[in-house]
Amino acid sequence: MRDKKYRVVHYLNQFFGQIGGEEKANIPPLIKEGAVGPGIPLQQALGEEGEIVATVVCGDNYFAEDIEAVAAKVVETVSSYKPDVFVAGPAFNAGRYGIACGAACSAVSKKLGIPVVTAMYKENPALELYLKDAYIIPTGSSVRGMKEAILKMADFVRKLGLGQEIGLPQEEGYFPRSIRVNQFVERTGAERAVDMLLSKLKGEPFQTECPMPTFERIPPSPAVKDLHSATIALVTSGGIVPLGNPDRIEAASASKFAEYNIAGIDDLTPDAYQTCHGGYDPTYANEEPDRVLPLDAMRALEKDGTIGKLYDFYYVTVGNATSVANSQKFGKAIAEKLKAAGVDGVILTST
Amino acid sequence: MHLELGVIKIRDVQFGEETTIKDSTLYVNKNELIALALEDNRLSKADVELARPGEEVRIIPIKDVIEPRVKVNGPGDFFPGTVGKMGTAGSGKTNVLRGATVMTVGRIVGYQEGFVDMAGPGARYSPFSQTNNVALILHPIDGLAPRAHEEAIRLAGLRASVYLGKACTDVTPDELEVYELSPATDTTLPRVAYVYPLLSEGLLHDTYLYGADVKRILPTLIHPNEVMDGAIVSGNCVSACDKHTTYHHLNNPVIKELYRRHGKDLNFIGVIITNLNVTLADKERSSDYASKLVKLVGAEGAIITEEGFGNPDSDLMMLCKKLEKYGIKTVLITDEYAGRDGRSQSLADAVPQADAVVSVGNANEVITLPPMKRIIGELKPAEIIAGGFAGCITADGALNIEIQAIMGSTCQLGFGKLTALGY
Amino acid sequence: MVHIATIVPISLTVGANRIVPALAIPYPLGNPELPKDKERELRLNLVKKALRALQIEVEKQTVFEE
Repeated sequence: MRDKKYRVVHYLNQFFGQIGGEEKANIPPLIKEGAVGPGIPLQQALGEEGEIVATVVCGDNYFAEDIEAVAAKVVETVSSYKPDVFVAGPAFNAGRYGIACGAACSAVSKKLGIPVVTAMYKENPALELYLKDAYIIPTGSSVRGMKEAILKMADFVRKLGLGQEIGLPQEEGYFPRSIRVNQFVERTGAERAVDMLLSKLKGEPFQTECPMPTFERIPPSPAVKDLHSATIALVTSGGIVPLGNPDRIEAASASKFAEYNIAGIDDLTPDAYQTCHGGYDPTYANEEPDRVLPLDAMRALEKDGTIGKLYDFYYVTVGNATSVANSQKFGKAIAEKLKAAGVDGVILTST
Repeated sequence: MHLELGVIKIRDVQFGEETTIKDSTLYVNKNELIALALEDNRLSKADVELARPGEEVRIIPIKDVIEPRVKVNGPGDFFPGTVGKMGTAGSGKTNVLRGATVMTVGRIVGYQEGFVDMAGPGARYSPFSQTNNVALILHPIDGLAPRAHEEAIRLAGLRASVYLGKACTDVTPDELEVYELSPATDTTLPRVAYVYPLLSEGLLHDTYLYGADVKRILPTLIHPNEVMDGAIVSGNCVSACDKHTTYHHLNNPVIKELYRRHGKDLNFIGVIITNLNVTLADKERSSDYASKLVKLVGAEGAIITEEGFGNPDSDLMMLCKKLEKYGIKTVLITDEYAGRDGRSQSLADAVPQADAVVSVGNANEVITLPPMKRIIGELKPAEIIAGGFAGCITADGALNIEIQAIMGSTCQLGFGKLTALGY
Repeated sequence: MVHIATIVPISLTVGANRIVPALAIPYPLGNPELPKDKERELRLNLVKKALRALQIEVEKQTVFEE
């Protein structure tokens, strides 16, 4: 039997936190001791093992107006209670409430490093945004499903509070987040493949081991208006670096990108540049690095006035086994630098 | 085509006066093996070291792993078209030193080699921690061009493997495996083909079919027996985790499994080899051609494996899409590059038709491995091989490295038992 | 931003909006079979094509073949 109860902090909106309805959607976060509203049956379900020590209540509109700042405030409030678990909602299909729950969970998880769980309906727009930041439990679409939602949440809070391992989504009943975890199994991949094919051919149900990934779509940027006066920058994922790879960009799974000055350089030559990318035959890039980073062409087009200026720096990483998450990080950082420097357009080359 | 594989079980490897097999032990005459390697004057120095399962040994950097086999009778020599006389492989009798390998060790370009731990937590990630390995450590002459270097190493490994294989020509095998793909008598069994893409993207990314450079071929039919009998040789490295070593080709588990179930619950109708080239036009041509061949041979279902990752994901998806369009049901075997935290997208390309996929694991998983008592080769390259990084070797020789760098850890022929689950 | 890449299907899958097909994976803006000056010309034309793409408004993902 545990010596002390695990501590839980619960997040609710103004309505479930019993402050008021829409007219109170603008209230800033406040704290109430113990369990409130749906927190009461939640506490009942947790029994003697866990205690909801406090409930944070915030207006849905207040949160929506400055998500990052309000989430930070929530974290600050929560941390003084030293919780072991943070739970938010259930938000059902309420969009703003769902976002508040998701954002609060995300911030608490990142800042305090404690497990976080919330619950909402599968169509709640917040689901996609916070899917990977918290365990999210499916609920019905309306408050009619409150009882069931609370019981499922209690089960989860209990497991997290007791430090138990959370199994697969299909076993535990949370929305799958596609977080890939390696595991050794009984049979080889070849054996599993033949089994899967035979099931598929017979029209019998089978389970794919790797659902197809989806990628974010971003709206196209506006066209460059006046090329003759524009500053264009070069960026590459093809690993073209100064000879010796001074910043040690990895041949695969790059953990970084680098910036190199090309002011006054008309041409990349093999005595000064090389590729450090381990995923393609390097012979051709090492012979003539412009084949991957077309500096010579860009310089010629700058000299003849086709473009206003070739930006003095180029950016490079290695796109070999490099994760999408890291790539996004690099892309964002590079874009910020280019924007700050007043660059108008970018040519990105890949191998 | 009737092929008998005479399996000679090897349970130990030792140096000896004579290269021979006695009581399941492979004895290797070190000097002869070194002299054999140095017959190629592009190599300046050679050495041989042995590694056995359970020993605290780390072998690094490794280019290829080969299983010694010898043609006892039948057309051609072993590895026909590369180090052996040409002939159609896949019939007659071939002896196999099961439980032994030749490994070619030594830096080449440096990015693409891998390693194996014979003991400790890293051992389970490679099948070669379970084999008795003859490591051939090879050094090129100064100034040797990369292509010549790669070829010299590749051929040295194959020659060494044939040399060791010859030692078992007259040994009575412990087991006999018979491979004959006679048409299934039950014609209602589902007709299954195997689509077998081979990496062919240039230096250290090439594969050879009877010595022919696979980047120059059009997709073609091959009898599964030919694959077991040395028709396919690996020249490529890519990343160690998902390159098909020559050993993997010889022991292709999809071929093995389809053979095992042929006539029972499926009709294994054949293997289609295709390539993985570097232009979009080549990829379209080869996937068109390969899927058409699968249709022509009358398959109802096909298993598609992959070699490498990134741009080959595109080939995999093209093959899947085109086969499904012909009404042929597909299952794909692939690994994933979902980032160290497993939260990134697993593949670089995706099509909705790829609804039946076997995953052989996330290659970006980081593993912490203890130092090993003995290093065959050198440890420093761990920092530059794919999956390694600056600082991945700690002071005492421990490694904090992606499984991407371990030989065969995520082999997409479905060789191992690793998978990835979605949480 | 314009993406010069050989494997256009991947560029499309990962979401690039302006895509110019490149020549080959190890030499996206080159051709080792050509004499040096012809290869430079090829590279220059490919880069010009990319710069043209940058100047065109697009509503959705667009591959600039021509």
